[in-house]
Order: sequence, then C-alpha cells, then structure tokens
Amino acid sequence: MSHPESFALLANGTSLPWTEVPEMAIADFVRATAAELDRGGRLCSWFGVPEGAAVRLVAVIAFDADNTLAVGRSLPVVGGYKALTATHSQAHLFEREVWEQHGLVPEGHPWLKPVRKNNSNGNAPAVGEFFRVDGREIHEVAVGPVHAGIIEPGHFRFQCAGEEVLHLEIALGYQHRGMEDALPGGPHRATMSQMETVSGDTTIGHATAYATVLETLAGTEAPLRAQWLRAIALELERLANHTGDIGALANDVAFLPTSSACGKIRGDFLNLTALVCGNRFGRGLVRPGGCRHDLDAERVARLTERLATALADVEQAANWFWDSASVRTRFENVGTVHASQAGEIGLVGPAARACGLVRDVRFDHPAGWHRFAQLPVAVWPGGDVFARARVRWLEIQRSGQFLKEQLAAPPEGGIRDELAPSAPDTLAVALVEGWRGEVCHVALTDATGHFRRYKITDPSFHNWTGLALALRGTAISDFPICNKSFNLSYCGFDL
Amino acid sequence: MAYPKGPAPALPDRHGGALRVDAAKCANGCQDCVPVCPTEAITRSAGRPVALDLGRCIFCAACVDACPSEAITQTGDHRMAVRSRTDLILGDSTKEQVRLAVALDEKLRKLFGRSLRLRQVSAGGCNACEADTNVLGTIGWDLSRFGIQFVASPRHADGLLITGPVTKNMELALKKTWDAVPEPKIVIAVGACAIAGGPYVGHAQVNNGAEAVVPVDLYIPGCPPHPLTILDGLLRLLGRLEEKASPPKA
Repeated sequence: MSHPESFALLANGTSLPWTEVPEMAIADFVRATAAELDRGGRLCSWFGVPEGAAVRLVAVIAFDADNTLAVGRSLPVVGGYKALTATHSQAHLFEREVWEQHGLVPEGHPWLKPVRKNNSNGNAPAVGEFFRVDGREIHEVAVGPVHAGIIEPGHFRFQCAGEEVLHLEIALGYQHRGMEDALPGGPHRATMSQMETVSGDTTIGHATAYATVLETLAGTEAPLRAQWLRAIALELERLANHTGDIGALANDVAFLPTSSACGKIRGDFLNLTALVCGNRFGRGLVRPGGCRHDLDAERVARLTERLATALADVEQAANWFWDSASVRTRFENVGTVHASQAGEIGLVGPAARACGLVRDVRFDHPAGWHRFAQLPVAVWPGGDVFARARVRWLEIQRSGQFLKEQLAAPPEGGIRDELAPSAPDTLAVALVEGWRGEVCHVALTDATGHFRRYKITDPSFHNWTGLALALRGTAISDFPICNKSFNLSYCGFDL
Repeated sequence: MAYPKGPAPALPDRHGGALRVDAAKCANGCQDCVPVCPTEAITRSAGRPVALDLGRCIFCAACVDACPSEAITQTGDHRMAVRSRTDLILGDSTKEQVRLAVALDEKLRKLFGRSLRLRQVSAGGCNACEADTNVLGTIGWDLSRFGIQFVASPRHADGLLITGPVTKNMELALKKTWDAVPEPKIVIAVGACAIAGGPYVGHAQVNNGAEAVVPVDLYIPGCPPHPLTILDGLLRLLGRLEEKASPPKA
C-alpha cells in the first residue's frame, strides 16, 4: 500500500480483494474520509466489520461526476474514535448505527442514540431521549408508531410553536427484523426472499443489487438478456410507485380526481410486473445468475400495449393535477430542503434531484443494462413538495420512454447461468437506482467465500433526515404532504 | 368489477395461485422439495407423507420446479383463506386441500356482516401486504361497497388486520392496539409473515407471526396475497360469498 491515506477506486458492480482495500489507523481513516467528502465525495455506506474483539470501519464513497467509487478501511479499533459526524453530518446515522451494532463510540457525535435496536424490555425500540425545545408557548406532538392509515410504523416527535414546527425528530426501529444479523455465513436458504423484502416496494431494486453482488463475487455477470429484463422491471417498479405517490399527494390536498385515478393506474403498473413474473411486486424474477422468467415476443407485445394505455392514463391524471392552480399553491414553498442542506446530509434519489442535485446511479454509476441504455437525469430546482412531485412526473415520462425503446429491441440469448462459488476474502459493491434512490449493497466474504459481513443501505437511510429538515418552519398541518412527498421506507431503514 | 356477483378477475397467468399437494405421487423417500424451500414450509419425516404449510409458503414455486413427480402443483386458484392454522397444512390425503374459511358465527355475522371496521397494524411488514390491502380501497375494487372500511383509531374498529411477522419492537404497540379495540373483536393475519414469520421465521427479532401476541380468526396466505385473495378471505369470513357465484378458475 504505497498511498496509506488514499482510498482504492472501483466501479459499481465490481469487487476488490479485502487485502487490497487500503487500511489506515482510525484517526487517519476518519481524516481521509473527510478529505474525500470535502473534494465532492458522497458517503454511500459506512459500517463495521468485527475482527476478534475489535472492529474495522469501512467507508464506501461515490464520486458521481467521475463515475467512480472509492473504498477504504481502518485498522481494528476498540473503544472509540473521533467522530466524522462532528464535521460531516452525512455520517450521523451511520456512526450511530456502528455504535449500536458494535459498541464503537464516535466521540463528539452530537446526538448519539440508538437507531433501531430493542430496548431492555425487548418489546419496543430503544428510542432514547428526544430533543426538546423549551418555552412557555412550546408544545410537543407525538405521533405513532401506529399511524392513521395503512402504513408502516414509526414515531414522530414534533416541537412546535403554535402551528409552526421548530424541530422534528424521527424515531424508527419498529420494523427491525434482524436482516443483517442473519447474513454472516450466508447466503442461506431464506436470503433471496429476505433481499426481496428489505423494502417490499423496492423488490427489484434490492434483488438486483444482491444478485449483482453475488455475480461480481463469482467473477461473472448475468446474461445480457437477464440484465435487460432487470432494467425493464426496475422501471416498472418506479412507474408504479411514482404514480402511487402522485395519487397520494393529490389525496392529501383533497384533489380526488387524480387521487382516484392514480390509485387504479398504480395497480395497472403493478399488474405489468405481474405479467412479467406473476407477482405484482416482482418477487421471484431476479435471481443470482440471471432471471427466472423470460418475455417471449407475444408477451412483449402485450406488455407494450398495456404499458401505452397505462402511460396515457397517468398522463391524463397528472395533467388534471398540474393544471390546477389550487394544487400547485398547496405544494409550492412547502417543506423546502435547500440544495446545500441536501448535499450536506447526503440526500439521494428524487428527493435529491428535486433540490437540483444531479445524482442518479443509472447515469452516474451505470452497471448492468444501464451501461448500454441510459435515461436522462430528471432534475428540478426548489427543494419543496412541488419539486418532489414534479421530479416524479418527469421520471414517469422518462421511464415510459425508456421502456418503449427497450421493449422494441430486446437482446438475444439466455436468461440464467449457473453461478461459480464466491471468491474468498473479497469486498463487492453494487449500487442500484431504486425508485426512492440509491440502494447500496456491500458484501465481504470470508476465507470460504461465505458472507463475513453484508451491509444494506436503503435510500431511506439517507433521506429520513431530509424529511425532518423539510418540516423546520413548516406548519404541522403540512406534515402529511411533506411525508408523502418523500414517501420513505420504514422497513428498508429498520432492516 | 363484476365480482363477487360475476366471475372473479383472472390472476396473472404466471401467478400460480394456491399450491396443491398430491402426496401419493411422491417417490419413496424423495426429499427433493424439502431443501429448496426458503421458509422451511415443507417437511417429510421418515415414513410420513410430505407436508406443505401454505401459511409459511411464500409462493416462490421452487418446490414445484424441484419436484420430479409433479406431486406439488400450482392450481391457479386465488382462494386460500382459512379459519384454522392447521387447515393450511397440505399433504394429508384424507383431508381437503385447503379447508376454506367458514363464516363467523351468526351473532358476529349480524354485527359485522354488512359493516366491518378494521384497524390495520403493520408489524414488520415489508409494505407489500400493506400495499395490496390498501389497493382494495381504490376505485376498481371499491371495498366500501361491502361495508368494509379501514379506520384511523382502534377504538372505532371491530378488529385488526395484521401484516408482518410481529417484530419484537412492535409487540407492545400491537398489544396496546388490540386492547384498545372494543369487544367483540376479530383479527385477520395477512401474508406469510403475519401467519408464520415468512422469510424471517426463526429470527430472534420477530415473533413468527401475529398468533404469538393476539388470537387470530382468519389467515390469508401469500407473499403478498393477491388483492383478490385478501378480498375473498374478508368476504368468506363475513358470509358474503355464494360459492356458486365465484367458481375457481380453471
């Protein structure tokens, strides 16, 4: 290692022998990570790897404009180290997570509390103390874990002066199923199904990241036709969810035409995924080594035809919404996250692009089929609810166009190969642009090629902080539209 | 939608529907399906017929692919909701395949039959069961035409519809929600997780299903169940399905 303080570069969907990941003393490692972030890097993942009684830290950093990733690791650490969060807030949840998972204390972390673990009674998350604003006129609002609709559980604690929210703290962990704890020694029998349900509305995103990791570790890639199928399923997943979100936003401002129509059209897109693989959420399609279902010419024709109908329907429903001044005024200048904040906290996906940040894995870090077929990055400035709705609409259009082009020109060949065993002592990284943003999977294998550590970072892990910031100075009655405009995953965060 | 007076909408052709087990077709000692099941839903002890627990099943069809003698097959049938957990164990040749749910007793049917308010609790669900429950409220399915609604407070509810394996972290919240529902009340477990833990069965962080915390009156299998399967279960429980009016798909 000739450059002890620089990180190793690698591309999305590739791997590196563990011994070739540069290692540094912990203070140097934190300093080097800070330097990489300062020169434009973005923290994709940061996690611990146990080694005896000690822990090594690993950082995965993305340089989006350079289409490259950088990885580094610390020497084994015991006890504590000087927190990266003190200078770089995008590390704040990662360092809390490492503390919770491995007991390593990030000294100087401004808000060190658990992320998702059980409390001592074992029947609720250990949420710790909440940040409180004091004052005679200040009141506190607590919401959840059980919410009013058919949605996942989480707890929101608002500090308010009248209607105005001064601070929102989000406490999660209710959905914690022990995902990462189950993975060492794997893959196990249930691993593929667990990957498909990290966040069930992002089945294709997480399953593709997982399959890519295993293919990378086997030193191969899936057949081109399987990569094409995955790219198609990924956009169908995006279309269903973005359409649902536009409907949900319309519902929350009582604009029922778009709400009613999008509820149905969302189902039409889910049924297109079911046309491909039988399951509306894409379960059973992506497998390590390829895909389990193919599209013959007749099925491509049916898919193309039904896609055109659904796209025309969603265009009509969205236009009702955009053409209504009363809808636009409810969304404009509400729940604003500024571009500088978005960069600082490391927002990803449509939430980041709605702050004007050009950041999209499909474009910046193309792997799989996206090496051959790109989508333009849909960006809108403003950072408010309007911008987040607008980016979704732009992406619906881009995804629709992409699908039309791809369905017209399928690559030939098989859809699944047998995978060779995973390389031993190797670190593999896969990023996928799920509909919420960057899905990041990192695997480290042991001497036998089994998982020694497997780290999953759902886009929601980056973005919940964005929702908290969006509420500052916003009326608490606008929480529902702010929340819908992010529509983050609880289970993807809680793992 | 014509259903339930008219025929049920078709499931996607690759969906497969409920599984059927014909243990008489199993070769002596064959265990091919057992190790491929991700949730260990299939067991075969020596000298016994194969047993498939449709409650644990996530419908990946790996067993269908692995079976050399077509003993496990897909039926294309969307109907699979049951009232008793053991009714989901397939393979015993003396029993029906899936003993479909019977309606609530007369007293409860009188109370809930034309007006059922449910509080949904996601307790470790991945958001797929939640989404396909939610979809029943959209204009196509129009769940409220049956008098079934999801309400915001357990105090306004006649029962709970639970998704997810019931994580340890949701155990207390689920108990409190259950306690807040006035008697008489019912519980519906939707999806492999809520019935038996799904892909998370055996994890220390989960309860392997709702039954560990509250009594369950209706089990609706799937990962997630198709909306039609959920609706079929709800209507069956309320005695709102005339069997002749909804023949199983060929």
